[in-house]
Amino acid sequence: MQLDDLNAIAAKEKASAKKKCLRTCMSAGCMSSRADKIRDNLAAEVKSQGLDSEVEVRRVGCMGFCGQGPLVGIDHEDGREELMEFVKPENAPDIVRSLKGGECKVQRGDPQHPFFAKQVRIVRANGGIIDPESIEDYIAAGGYQALHQALTEMKPAEIVEAITRSGLRGRGGAGFPTGLKWGTVAKSPGAKKYIVCNGDEGDPGAFMDRSVLESDPHLVLEGMAIAAYAVGADQGFLYVRAEYPLAISRLQIAIKQARQLGLLGGGIFETPFVFNVDIRIGAGAFVCGEETALMASVEGRRGTPRPRPPFPAERGLWGCPTLINNVETFANIAPIINKGADWYASFGTEKSKGTKVFALTGKIKNNGLIEVPMGIPLRQIVEEMGGGAPDGRKIKSVQTGGPSGGCIPAEHLDTPVDYESLTKLGSIMGSGGMVVMDDSTNMVEIAKFYMEFCMEESCGKCIPCRAGTAQMFHLLEKIAQRKATPRDLAQLEELCDMVRNTSLCGLGQTAPNPVLSTLRFFRDEYEELLQPELHKNTGDLKCQVAAVADKP
Amino acid sequence: MLAALQKPEEKRAAKVMQHASGDKRFKILEVHMKKHLFRHDSLIEVLHKAQELFGFLDDDLLLFISYKLKLPPSRVYGVATFYHFFTLKPQGEHTCVVCLGTACYVKGADKVIAAVQQRAKIRPGETTPDKKLSLLTARCIGACGIAPAVIYDGQVAPKQTPEAVLEKVNPWIK
Repeated sequence: MQLDDLNAIAAKEKASAKKKCLRTCMSAGCMSSRADKIRDNLAAEVKSQGLDSEVEVRRVGCMGFCGQGPLVGIDHEDGREELMEFVKPENAPDIVRSLKGGECKVQRGDPQHPFFAKQVRIVRANGGIIDPESIEDYIAAGGYQALHQALTEMKPAEIVEAITRSGLRGRGGAGFPTGLKWGTVAKSPGAKKYIVCNGDEGDPGAFMDRSVLESDPHLVLEGMAIAAYAVGADQGFLYVRAEYPLAISRLQIAIKQARQLGLLGGGIFETPFVFNVDIRIGAGAFVCGEETALMASVEGRRGTPRPRPPFPAERGLWGCPTLINNVETFANIAPIINKGADWYASFGTEKSKGTKVFALTGKIKNNGLIEVPMGIPLRQIVEEMGGGAPDGRKIKSVQTGGPSGGCIPAEHLDTPVDYESLTKLGSIMGSGGMVVMDDSTNMVEIAKFYMEFCMEESCGKCIPCRAGTAQMFHLLEKIAQRKATPRDLAQLEELCDMVRNTSLCGLGQTAPNPVLSTLRFFRDEYEELLQPELHKNTGDLKCQVAAVADKP
Repeated sequence: MLAALQKPEEKRAAKVMQHASGDKRFKILEVHMKKHLFRHDSLIEVLHKAQELFGFLDDDLLLFISYKLKLPPSRVYGVATFYHFFTLKPQGEHTCVVCLGTACYVKGADKVIAAVQQRAKIRPGETTPDKKLSLLTARCIGACGIAPAVIYDGQVAPKQTPEAVLEKVNPWIK
């Protein structure tokens, strides 16, 4: 494989393009509403109406507007774009007829809606446009050009420098500067190094990584290959959750195709560079999103974290230097190499560059996946793009960062979405889950929900997290059942502080965040549920005896 | 002392191997292990395959894997019990997995699960006495755009309500 071959594939693919295209979203969300049947029906209908030569029926990845699915997009000859919502398999004949001016009663979406218009798509540029199971489609969209450029025109140090200059920060949640991490791994001594892609998207309420893997698997593979070249690794692992079967199967297809074309394996682009990728399937443990636990899981052991340092960049998988990045981080690499670090740095704020993909869900009109530049006010996302809360209700808070994050109340909706601003409000950027809650939501219940999650997902290795989360959960349950006193609340706050400061890994250190942030902004909801103190040391023995006697 | 410890184990091993020799699925599993070169780090992959073949992981199966991969049984058992995806109990004929991710939760997954719980008289993680239906929960299946989601026998269903879920599971309950 050389550049000419790559360009030849792209040219061939472009030449075979037909005038019109029916794009059926075949991502996990729409697939649950029989999107595969829709595509089959559309293909059969195109054939029976004799439109074979001018209409292409294509399987595509996530279009983003998941709440309105299943979706079918239509590309007309003149570049006009149409979007059909809530499509049913039996609508196929109508949709195909509408290409020739026939009537079609299927609900139309507006491709110019703020939900789409306000997005800046870098990671999701191909999402909903190319066929995720076709490497030719990806190459025609400019794929693997960045890898070629990196291997033939750039030195590893130049790539690390470019990534540093782009200001890209880890998209997994903590926001560690990616260039710095790459530089550390590149400098670590050792003949064998590994690349790990963290696709263990455990945050409940987040599905960005699933969508990227399902819609554009080659983008992640290309990013991993560039990273491997930059740090001197030759083996990569893609760790994906078992809950994402479609993502796993598309990745398997992608890896096979890339190997066949010589874009993975030995002698890529006729250089001495060797890179292989294996998929590792998770088995349902939230803690495996933590990097040291993830490595234990890749090695086939229980996913328990270990103290850092040594950091994985120095001693990772099997004791070798290992680079661990999130799916979305790797997906940003190829565009940065293609278009330059300065172009990437032109998006976002001073300290948070580029774009971020968010999964906008919960009590909001427009559910789905959005990619926005960093620093966009939360209000714009929730009100303009999301369309506000349904049924005329009011938005009460927005939860970001999942069980490690916090709730941002409605009065702070003007906060810009970047790493620092969210941290200041006691939440975190997280991997990109954004769950909107309306005024019918009980914040104590939400805190309890997250604490139960952390309690069950605690791996049990360190005591503060194992016992602390259980105690906090019981206290929250006591509060929710109106059996707690102010003293219990004080104890809860004390425990939060202890667990946060003494836990071994990120799971425990951030587990109190949902409680702390709801306490900070919605303290009245907690206090409403409290009972007056029974055993106050007032000296009034009679009162105390009466209180004890009252107890069942 | 070592010999004394080994004795009952050896007996058990012989039993397991004999049991395995009569079942084709063990052969398939062994081929899968060979594909991974019997590497220790392939344990999770092997357990996935075993669960796919047998539906659940019983003691004999775990012992078989531990002998073949040359890993201590404690390690295999430890990994199998650590991860939620692996189950050591047989599942019912039908499964109903309710997603309890945040998006599903705020949109009423708790009511969905309560409806099944009340109708089938089982708690999450349990199977009806006639082994017809297992009620399970998932931590987030990433289908947040269509919350609340429920997986019936491996098929994801979007935007479920207590009524919809009952309509689906009613035929599976006596």
